[in-house]
Amino acid sequence: MSDTELVLAADGTPLKKKLAQALFVSRARAFGLVAPLLLFILASFIVPILSLMVQGVKNDTYSSNMPASTAIMADWDGVSEPTEEMFAALVSDLVQARIDKTIGRVATRVNREEAGTRSMFTKSARKARKLEPPFKAAMLELDEDWASVAVWGAMKVSSQTYSPAFYAAAVDADYKADGEFERLDPEDRIYVYLFIKTLVVALAVTLATLALGYPVAWLLASLPVRQSNLLMILVLLPFWTSLLVRTTAWIAMLQSHGVLNNIFVWLGITTDETRFSLIYNMTGTIIAMTHILLPFMILPLYSVMKGIPPTYLRAAKSLGATNWTAFWRVHFPGTVPGIGAGALLVFILSIGYYITPALVGGQDGQLISNIIAYHMQKSLNWSLAAALGGILLVIVLAIYWVYDKVVGIDNMKMG
Amino acid sequence: MRQRPQHFVLHVNRVGLEKILSLGNPKDAFVAFDHVQKSYDGEILVVKDLNLQIAKGEFVTMLGPSGSGKTTCLMMLAGFEVATHGDILLGGQPINNIPPHKRGIGMVFQNYALFPHMTVGENLSFPLEVRKMGKSEREAKVKRALEMVQMGDFAGRRPAQLSGGQQQRIALARALVFDADLVLMDEPLGALDKQLRERMQYEIKHIHEQLGITVVYVTHDQSEALTMSDRVAVFDDGVIQQLAKPDDLYERPENAFVAQFIGENNKLEGVVRAVDGDNVVVDLEGGMTAHALAVNCGGVGDRTMLSIRPERVTLNAEGPNSTKALVKELIYLGDHIRCRMTVSGHDDFIVKVANSSGHKHLVVGEETDVSWQIEDCRALDA
Repeated sequence: MSDTELVLAADGTPLKKKLAQALFVSRARAFGLVAPLLLFILASFIVPILSLMVQGVKNDTYSSNMPASTAIMADWDGVSEPTEEMFAALVSDLVQARIDKTIGRVATRVNREEAGTRSMFTKSARKARKLEPPFKAAMLELDEDWASVAVWGAMKVSSQTYSPAFYAAAVDADYKADGEFERLDPEDRIYVYLFIKTLVVALAVTLATLALGYPVAWLLASLPVRQSNLLMILVLLPFWTSLLVRTTAWIAMLQSHGVLNNIFVWLGITTDETRFSLIYNMTGTIIAMTHILLPFMILPLYSVMKGIPPTYLRAAKSLGATNWTAFWRVHFPGTVPGIGAGALLVFILSIGYYITPALVGGQDGQLISNIIAYHMQKSLNWSLAAALGGILLVIVLAIYWVYDKVVGIDNMKMG
Repeated sequence: MRQRPQHFVLHVNRVGLEKILSLGNPKDAFVAFDHVQKSYDGEILVVKDLNLQIAKGEFVTMLGPSGSGKTTCLMMLAGFEVATHGDILLGGQPINNIPPHKRGIGMVFQNYALFPHMTVGENLSFPLEVRKMGKSEREAKVKRALEMVQMGDFAGRRPAQLSGGQQQRIALARALVFDADLVLMDEPLGALDKQLRERMQYEIKHIHEQLGITVVYVTHDQSEALTMSDRVAVFDDGVIQQLAKPDDLYERPENAFVAQFIGENNKLEGVVRAVDGDNVVVDLEGGMTAHALAVNCGGVGDRTMLSIRPERVTLNAEGPNSTKALVKELIYLGDHIRCRMTVSGHDDFIVKVANSSGHKHLVVGEETDVSWQIEDCRALDA
């Protein structure tokens, strides 16, 4: 039978159509079963995330409250002297914004682009109603900084509803009114360094969990059932304990008069004056994160090792391999999918880790998520937070993509 | 009894069994278990006082039900289990303290244990690599081993791309590629279907003859044991019940377990009434008096079990052991008819009637004469 020939069912309808009809009910039922979860995820997760992601490129604080100057600045090239028309539009906007009580938000927005402009706006808006033309001279009398092209440039950038300004800020660059990007001075750069630091910490935590978790997973997979069940409970115990409790426990352990330092002093490894600072720095962040993420490494490794028949090792030994050779050439290659899955899981969880660095990281041990949280909660610069989060998401997706290309996501076993 | 291939008979002569059987000192044997005991938990002995000597070039099968200790013995020989007591000797040297990788024993595992991340060629090359053999020599040996198992074209494949039978051949080639004198096989054919299993039995047998290696084979399949082995050790409850050539094992079982375990067996229980030289007279529970060969039955008044092979019963009233039997069931099997009947109160008495021209046609419910020779009826332990 050729591929193009239409196969008919016994009643003459095409077989494909008949099959689709037959499968429709079961498909509809399957969809009905997952629909509540789908709706819940959509409403509570996907929509909020998307709307927040949009804030990374969209900000209409200026454009919606200062329509006249927004319109006139769209034609301005960003470098030439501001004209009388631009001042006139600004004054009418300022008057309206003061009536609407939105001037504070507008001032904050422009201030993010050019520091020190906030008071210029609030002060000028208070007096704008009484100003007479020519507005340029009148404004300059209020504050001579109104002649500054930089201030107007900041206003132009703020007036763009959709702009790459926040993403530029998130990678330590300045988006200029003329559409150019400029890297910040080295002493002003923070975020790129923080991204790199976050990735390095994630890598360190991944390697540490692998080194600590591999032997445990091996034991779990090879011990007799009774012992391995007990060990499994010990591995899972942290899962059943609150993250906060575990992190605070580390504070008790690691602080300068904590358990660990007391033991070091008692053993003579250090003296009372030179206690190690193990917490409120990077060391504390790495130690606590390694402990908390360890099960995510052990479980995929264990599930993969459990699937490797012990006879492989015996076979290798019977063929003349030493214990080490048998492990390295025969057992270890079989565990690579588990290493991949565990490493991917721990790495991705690490780069988004927030609460532990916040509690034990001090100044030095803060990661990118802590800065995102800072912009969400303290500085209220949601657009910058969204841009930073967007970059983090892209990094995660890129790692995932690389993993898929190199190892293959199908080879991943989670347990 | 099943037909054995011709080469089997030839082989028994070649090895010179008389010499093997006359071995006395464990140090003279190629492989020897000397009073070996094994316990896993310190309470139960899985292997109880095992003594077994295997000559160079011999094919010995350990046969027994699961849990009889046969696999444990093989693992002790391979070095994966440690004997709790006693010595295991290889070429006259105790090997208890030699780790498995230094024993130089080839092994074929139950599920082949081919390394899935290596190709067939790499699997075979592995034992040569760990022996630090040069590349050209390795390639030559791998090629030869693959050709021996008729898998010459498969060096580049992965084990997962092979069928069960092909994997089995590769596992065999891998155990042989480093020229081991002794090869252990742990139920290597257990996962194959019947037809393939029988073909592999002959192939393993041929390779054994061709290379002159010593094979210790573990199986729970009695026909496999009978077909392939020079000698079979029947294990039960951690003890070798009988160690004998296959034909002796079938025709001259020494105890009730072996008689029941190997082949089909009719058992008739009774009490010894009189002993007359090599023969005994036994009063059976159903009232019949039978004459049997005294093998393992104790004295007058002791209980005994008579063992008669179904194919050794004839449908006539000749000889000293003759009685009436009631036909209960007939099963047609082509070359013979299996007939279940009641003999002297035992209603599970089987007679195989060969489907030859002019054989007696039985009918269910009919009463017929059955008889058997004294030498075919062995009085064993009850």
